[in-house]
Amino acid sequence: MQHTLSVVVEDKPGVLARISAMFSNRGFNIHSLAVGPTHQEGRSRITLVVDAPALEQLKKQLNKLVNVIKVQEMESSEALEREVMIARISAPPASRGEVRDTASLFDARVIDISATAMTFEVSGTPQQLSTFLDHLGPYGVIDLVKSGRIAMKRESELTPSPVAAGVGK
Amino acid sequence: MLPDTMNQPAKFTGAHSLFRSLEHEGVEIIFGVPGGAILPAYDPLLDSRIRHVLARHEQGAGHMAEGYAQATGRVGVVMATSGPGATNLITPLQNALMDSTPIVAITGQVPTSAIGSDAFQEAYTTGLAMHCTKHSYMATNADDIPNLIHEAFHLASTGRPGPVLVDIPKDVLNQVTTWREPHLHNLPGYKPTVSGHPMQIRAAVDLIERAERPVLYVGGGVIKAGASAELLAFAEAVNAPVVTTLMARGAFPDGHRLALGMPGMHGVYTATTAIQKSDVLVSLGARFDDRVTGDPNAFAPDAKVIHVDVDPAEIGKVRAAEVPIVGDARSVLQDLLTFLGTRRDLSAAPPRDTWFEELGSWKQNHPLSYEQEPAGPIKVQHFIERLYQLTAGEAVIAAGVGQHQMWASQFWGFSNPRTWVNSGGLGTMGFAVPAAVGAKTARPDDLVIALDGDGCFQMTCQELITASTEDIPIKVVVFNNGGYGMVKQWQNLFYGGRLSAVDLGDRYPDYPKLAESMGCVGLRVDHPSEIDPAIEKMLAVTDRPVVLEVVVDGEEMCFPMVPAGGSNDRIVMRREDL
Repeated sequence: MQHTLSVVVEDKPGVLARISAMFSNRGFNIHSLAVGPTHQEGRSRITLVVDAPALEQLKKQLNKLVNVIKVQEMESSEALEREVMIARISAPPASRGEVRDTASLFDARVIDISATAMTFEVSGTPQQLSTFLDHLGPYGVIDLVKSGRIAMKRESELTPSPVAAGVGK
Repeated sequence: MLPDTMNQPAKFTGAHSLFRSLEHEGVEIIFGVPGGAILPAYDPLLDSRIRHVLARHEQGAGHMAEGYAQATGRVGVVMATSGPGATNLITPLQNALMDSTPIVAITGQVPTSAIGSDAFQEAYTTGLAMHCTKHSYMATNADDIPNLIHEAFHLASTGRPGPVLVDIPKDVLNQVTTWREPHLHNLPGYKPTVSGHPMQIRAAVDLIERAERPVLYVGGGVIKAGASAELLAFAEAVNAPVVTTLMARGAFPDGHRLALGMPGMHGVYTATTAIQKSDVLVSLGARFDDRVTGDPNAFAPDAKVIHVDVDPAEIGKVRAAEVPIVGDARSVLQDLLTFLGTRRDLSAAPPRDTWFEELGSWKQNHPLSYEQEPAGPIKVQHFIERLYQLTAGEAVIAAGVGQHQMWASQFWGFSNPRTWVNSGGLGTMGFAVPAAVGAKTARPDDLVIALDGDGCFQMTCQELITASTEDIPIKVVVFNNGGYGMVKQWQNLFYGGRLSAVDLGDRYPDYPKLAESMGCVGLRVDHPSEIDPAIEKMLAVTDRPVVLEVVVDGEEMCFPMVPAGGSNDRIVMRREDL
């Protein structure tokens, strides 16, 4: 089972190495990882998606690291989760219209184009990106890159908003 | 502001700031080996009141710092140069991490401008240390040194103690700076919980008061917390038997009616079995190590567990706890006693007659045993019993790792905390001699005896040159069975007697001669009848280190034994039982 952890750390040299060292030491797996500064000076936020049967132990070991300030676990129902993807899809002239129309359902932007392919930028929940690929995959994925997942806890109760529930936006 | 103990240096540098900071932390002694990158730090050392003990190998220096720390509870300090100096410290750092020993390691590093260039004697020390310290720092500006050192000592000595490393590039040591009083710790992510939660304290007392077969399972955390007096009061107040793990020997007096001794793989039958049959197991600063639990799924199957530990990550790691209490053992024991006192008269403990009858019968039927033939060969167990008698047990004992360590733990009767210095978690052969040196520097008036095996001795015996040179008169007993006894025991028991690479031979070295060459008195004993006079001779030497070689039975095996991963219900008492 995958869990999303939001970890606030001191922005100091080697923090990321300490965290990944602990993961490999203790036999935990990192599925995805994203790091960036927060609004607070000297604080970074690391969003981790982990496969961890022993989640409690993992959280405790993270908390044990001196530079880790806060560890928050988020259920997907209470998290605002986003990923960014760049996907190059095979699109020869014959299928180009179809590919573009399908992609537009996901608010994907065309950021590059050649005689045989179109490259899209799309952001959304992990599910949305997965659905995007379900629909565009059959045309032929030539290359693909995904950011690590970023997440923040919701303030509101989850209500079926267009953003949270829909396929597109 | 200049240190009053230092001559006014022409320039006050990072190196001066380092020593001023160490003095500020109350450091009296440093164990170390100099070298290129740490050179600047060895100059202000000459003007400092801090004593430096020049070890012959950085690993030895590290174990000395550990021995010092284990024997006192104070932070041990080790200093080494970059590259090989730092990599030689990896073993003591990991050893200190596993046994929660507070040490601070100061390492030199190549100049900042050379970092990452594969410079001479460069190693990525903070990266290496990431896996084997509680925390590590690299100083990038000499102005930060007072705060870094202060933080390092704070981290090493509070919460769950452990090793901390501070790596200082040579140019930072040479940088002109000023010393400022270190300010409060800038450690937003580090706030160890000391006091147990009151609701959990109440729940623990409820559980213990209803228990019929309680056991107090005491680990090294009780010694670290200085909680022996509280443990004694609590054990008596609840009238519960006490087992002390390898790391906790001395936390509770072995002579007490409630003491059962060490549990686990080579533990006393009654201690191991009491845990197995307990209905409430109170773990105090212990971590359910595999050498204690055997097969964790078969461990103490009927017990409800109260787990007290200052490190939250230990609670629930191996065994789920019915009552988890995060806190320092001393603080929690005090709170348990106080709360119990609101419930009933502390002296009105339940008699638990049935439980003590059962424990008594196990003690009687399954004692520790060995047979010493009067004609020899000498058994280690017998020698340890004689040494205990002739010293009245008044000594600090350091041990290596292996059979002799287990026998020392089994047959030495401990009365006081911090009189047992050993490598528990990592099982580092060669620990005894340097650790004894460190302990002796901290407790010069106490008798400090290293009980060592011949295999262990050959790994670190050069530190006896340090001991002789620096006037640190330790005693070292080398039990010579001509090989790696514990490995041999496993090959005999589990590999059909196919002995592979365990024979050290009986010709070399000549231990007394080797000892003499290192400035020690060298003695040898190989017959049971000579044991007492040899011990007397060893004890009579007080001006130099002594090495007493004891030629012992190479075939003796260490029992009781629970084979690795086996259930603690199946304790092997002698070879024929396997």
